[in-house]
Amino acid sequence: MRKNDFDVIIVGAGPAGLAAGYVLAKEGISVAIIERGIFPGSKNVMGGIFYRSSLDDLIPDFYKEAPIERHIVEQKIWLLSEDSMFSTGIKSEKYNVEPYNCFSIFRAKFDKWFAKKAADASAMIINETVVTDLILDGNRVIGVKTDRPNGDLYSDVVIAADGVNSFLTKSLGLRKKITTNNVALALKEIIELPDKVINDRFGVSSSSEGVTIEITGPYFNKMRAIGFVYTNRNSLSLGLGVVTEDMVKLKINPNDLLEEFKKHPAIKPLINGGETKEYMAHMIPEGGYYSMPKLYSDGFMVVGDAAMLVNSIHREGANLAIESGKFAAKTYIEARKIGDFSQKTLSSYQKKLEESFVLRDLKTYKNLPKLLEEKQYLISKYPKFIIDAIYEMYSVDKVSKSEKVKLIMNRAKKELGYFNILKDAFSIWRDFR
Amino acid sequence: MSHNISEYKDVWVFIEHDRGKIEHVSLELLTKGCQLAKDIGCKICAFSVGENVEMFSEKLSEYGAEKFYFIESPILREYRTEPYRDSLLYLIEKYKPEIILIGATTLGRDIAGTLATKLDTGLTADTTALDIDFESETKNLLMTRPTFGGNLMAVIYCPDTRPQMSTVRPGVFQAIKNPVNIEKVREEFELFEDKIPKKILEKVKSDSDKVNLGFYDVIVAGGRGIGKKENIKLLADLADTLGGTWAVSRKVVQMGWAPYSRQVGQTGQTVHPKIYIAAGISGAIQHLAGMKSSEIIIAINRDPQAPIFDVATYGIVGDAIEILPQLTQIFGQRLKVGGSNEKE
Amino acid sequence: MHSLVLIKQVPDAAQVRVDYHTGTLIREGVPAIINPYDTHAIEAAVQIKDKFGGIVSVLSMGPPMAEDALKKALSMGADKAYLLCDKVFAGSDTWATSYALWVGAQKIIQENGPVDIFWAGKQAIDGDTAQTGPGLATRLDIPLVTCAIKIVELNPENGYIVVQRLIEGGSETLQVSLPCMITAEKELNALRFSPLPDLIKAVKSSVQLLNSTNTTIDPTQCGLKSSPTKVKRVFIPSKRERGEMLESGNKGITDVLFERLEPVLKQMGRL
Repeated sequence: MRKNDFDVIIVGAGPAGLAAGYVLAKEGISVAIIERGIFPGSKNVMGGIFYRSSLDDLIPDFYKEAPIERHIVEQKIWLLSEDSMFSTGIKSEKYNVEPYNCFSIFRAKFDKWFAKKAADASAMIINETVVTDLILDGNRVIGVKTDRPNGDLYSDVVIAADGVNSFLTKSLGLRKKITTNNVALALKEIIELPDKVINDRFGVSSSSEGVTIEITGPYFNKMRAIGFVYTNRNSLSLGLGVVTEDMVKLKINPNDLLEEFKKHPAIKPLINGGETKEYMAHMIPEGGYYSMPKLYSDGFMVVGDAAMLVNSIHREGANLAIESGKFAAKTYIEARKIGDFSQKTLSSYQKKLEESFVLRDLKTYKNLPKLLEEKQYLISKYPKFIIDAIYEMYSVDKVSKSEKVKLIMNRAKKELGYFNILKDAFSIWRDFR
Repeated sequence: MSHNISEYKDVWVFIEHDRGKIEHVSLELLTKGCQLAKDIGCKICAFSVGENVEMFSEKLSEYGAEKFYFIESPILREYRTEPYRDSLLYLIEKYKPEIILIGATTLGRDIAGTLATKLDTGLTADTTALDIDFESETKNLLMTRPTFGGNLMAVIYCPDTRPQMSTVRPGVFQAIKNPVNIEKVREEFELFEDKIPKKILEKVKSDSDKVNLGFYDVIVAGGRGIGKKENIKLLADLADTLGGTWAVSRKVVQMGWAPYSRQVGQTGQTVHPKIYIAAGISGAIQHLAGMKSSEIIIAINRDPQAPIFDVATYGIVGDAIEILPQLTQIFGQRLKVGGSNEKE
Repeated sequence: MHSLVLIKQVPDAAQVRVDYHTGTLIREGVPAIINPYDTHAIEAAVQIKDKFGGIVSVLSMGPPMAEDALKKALSMGADKAYLLCDKVFAGSDTWATSYALWVGAQKIIQENGPVDIFWAGKQAIDGDTAQTGPGLATRLDIPLVTCAIKIVELNPENGYIVVQRLIEGGSETLQVSLPCMITAEKELNALRFSPLPDLIKAVKSSVQLLNSTNTTIDPTQCGLKSSPTKVKRVFIPSKRERGEMLESGNKGITDVLFERLEPVLKQMGRL
C-alpha cells in the first residue's frame, strides 16, 4: 500500500487552488499546491476587479491586510460607437463604506499574499514545477507526475486548478472540446498615472476610491468584445476581451485593436500623459454553463477557470474560483471522514456548486454565449440605436421634440424592424427564463 | 581602524604588466593621477611588483610618474594573488599613499579587494569619474561608479580611512605623455615559494573559446540579423580591423552559431567598451542590459523601429550582412593595422 | 567536504526601471532573485557534495525577505541556510559586509565543522563591485581564486583543488591548497533542474537567523557608520537618447560613419 506524500495535491496556485489549499490546511490536512510560475501570481492575469465576499468567508476582513489598489465606489457602463458614447452606471456612498463590495487588484501582488496565508496555514507551495500528467490506478487518480526528477507525488485526491487550458481535465477526458467560441482573449495594459490625476479624472475624493468602466457597443462592430478601464492606486488597467472566434474570423491583430481603442476620443483623455508600464494577455473562459467539463472523477475535482467557472458579463471569475476551491476542499473533508474518494462521494462537490449562487448564476446565463453567437448584432445594433436616439433627443436644432421622436421611431423601424425587435426580445426572454 | 590621515601622502598608481609590457590602463591612470596630484598638491607615483619591473621606469616617466616604488623577485614572475598582495602591501604600509588607483582589469579586481581589506580601508570598484572634493579639509577623492547594471550612478567617498582606493575601468581616461624625471625606489621583500598556497599549472592566452569580452574597447556584436553562422566572420573581420573583438546576442548562441563565452546580455557578459557595434541586433531589454553603458553605440538593423536605435549614438538602417564588409573595407583602408588591444 | 556558499538576494537589475521624474530607481514590483553568479556557486558546491559527500551551508547577509533566496538555495541542494539579519548591519559597504560574513562564517564553522571550500559569485548584479568574496577570503586568511570557469580536479586527501579561471584574453589553471575561496563565473557550470524532493525539503526547512543575540558581532566593524566608503549622493545617468540616424547623402553611409568616429579613433590611438 503506497504511502501518500500528501492528502491532497492541488495543481495551480491561482485563487481557486489557493482557496482550496487554505481551507484544507486550516483543517490540518496535508496539502501541496504545485505552481508552474516562479511564485503564485507570476503567471496569473485578470482584468483586475475582485469581489470581496467569497474570500471574506475564508479570511474575514482580508482586505485590511491584503494588497489591494482601490475599493470601487462607481461602476460605469459605456456604449461606444466610433464617435460617440452613451454612459450609465451607479455610484454610491454605500460602496464607500466598509466592508467594501469589490476592489481593483494586481494578481502578482495579491496571489503572492494569498499564497503566504496558505503557506502560513501549513499548505506546502512548490513553485517552478509543472505537473505533466496524472497518475492513475485504473480509473482512479492517485497522484501527479511533475517535470522534476523524482517528481511523482501521491495523494488521496488531486484538485485541478490549472486554469482555462486545463491539461489535466483534458487528459482525463472530462473536458469538452474548447472551441474558439468558448474562450476570449483578453489583453490589458497598465498605464501609470499619478494617483491625484486619477482622482480628478475619475471624480473621486481620495486615492483609495476607485471606478470601473465596462465598455461595449457598435465600436466593436462584428466582434463580441468588452473593453474596460479600471483605476488602480497609481495606474489604470485598460484592456479588451474579445471572443477568440471573432478575432480569428475577422483576422484582427489584438495589439492593433488595443492601440486603436486607446485613441478613441472617449478613452484618450482618460489615459492622457500616462506611460504604459506593463502589457499582458490571457485567455478567459467564455462558454459558460454549457462549456463546463465534468467537475469530478474518482479521486479528482476541477475548480476555477479549469472548470470554466466564469460569469463574464458580470465580471466574476476570481470569486467563483474561490467558491469552487472552498467547496472542493469541503467535499474532500467529508470524503475523508468516510475514507471514500470515489466519484460517487466527490459528486457532492457538484451539488454544492449547484446549490450556491455559482452554478445558479451560470445556469441563468447559460444561453447567453449561444445567443450572442447567433445574434452578435445585439451588442452593436441596439446600442447604436440607443446612442443615436439619445444624441438626437439632446441635440437642439429647431426640430420639434415630437418630430424627433418620430424620426427615432422610423429609424427603429428601418434599422431594426419592429418585428425583429419583438423577436429579439422574445429570444432574450426565452434564454434567460 | 584608526588612520592618521595626515600621515598619508601622494597619489599612487598600480602598474599592471604582462610579458614585459605595461597595460594601457595603468598609463591612463597615471595621466589622471597627475591631475589629481596637482589638485591636491602632492606627488604622483607608480608602484608595482614582478620579476623584472625596474625597466618600466623609463616609460612611466614619459607619462608623468615622479617616483616608482617597486619590488622584484623571481617568485613574482607570474601574477598570483597572495604573493602580489603581500609585497604590494609592504610598499603601501611603508610609504602610506593617500590615494591608490588600480585598473579594473581581471587582475586589478582580483588584487584590489584583498589589499583594501588588509588595509582596513575603503575601495570603490569600476569608477568612471574621479574628482577631488575641494570643500573637504582632507581633500577627499570623489569616486563615481555605476550600480544596478548602470541604471544608477553613485558618488562614493572615503573620509575616515587611508589610502582611498579605487579601481578604474580601462578606457575611461586617456593616456597622455607628460615627461618628467623619475626617482626609482627599490624595496626588498622576502617571499618563500613553499609558503605560497597557489601554483600556476597552465596559462593559455588567446583561447578564443574563453574570451573575456570586457578586456576590449571595441566590440562588434551580431544578432539574428547576420543571417547565418558563416557570417560571424563578418563580425570578426571588422573587429580585427578595429583592434577589438566580436560578440553575439543570446539568439545567436541559442542557434549554435557561437559559443556562450561570446554572449553579451543579461544572461551573458556585461560589457562597456568605448565602441559597441550592434549588427542585426533588435535591442531587446535583456541584450541592452549587457551593453547599454557602452560609450558609443552604433546600430545596424533593417528595421527602423528596432528598439536598438533608441539607445544608439549612430543608427544605420540597412542590412548588416551588406554593411559590415563595407565598414571593414573603409576602416581597413584608413586605420593602422589591427590586432589585439593597443597596449603601448 | 564542507562547502560554505555566500549568496546575496538582489533586485533583478535588468528589470529595475528608472523614474526620470524623481531621479530614483523604481524597485517596486521588481522581483528579488538570487544573484545569478551565486547560483552557479551553489551548483558547484552541490556538485562537490554529490561526488565527495559532506554538506553545503549557505550564508547571506540581508533583510528578512532574503530568506526567500536562502530557501531557493536549499531547493538547489544546499543543506543548511543562515541569514545574518540585524539592524546593526544596515548600510554596510563591502568592507563591513565581509566582516559580518566573517562573523557568520565563524558561527557556521562552530556548528557544522571546518569549511573546506568557500564559494561566492564573482560579483553582485546590484553593487557590481566583486569585492565581498575577496574581502572575506582575506579575513579568513585563505587563498583566493576569482572568476572561476571550471573545477578541474578536487583532491581532498592531499588538500588541494585545481581551478581554471578567466584572465584577460585567455585562462589559467591554478592548483590551490584547501581551504580556499572561489568566486564563480556563470560559465562554471549549468544549473541543474532540482529534483522534487529537494524542493519539498526546502519548503519544510527553516533558515537560521543570526544576529547580535546569537553571535559576537562588534558593531564598530559593521553598518553604515563603520563603513570606510560612504555614498555622497546618487543620481540617474541621463537617459540614453536616440542618437543620430545616419543618412547617406553625397557620401556613402559608411563614409559618414567613419567621419563621426574619426576623432574617437584618433583618441584611442587607432589612427
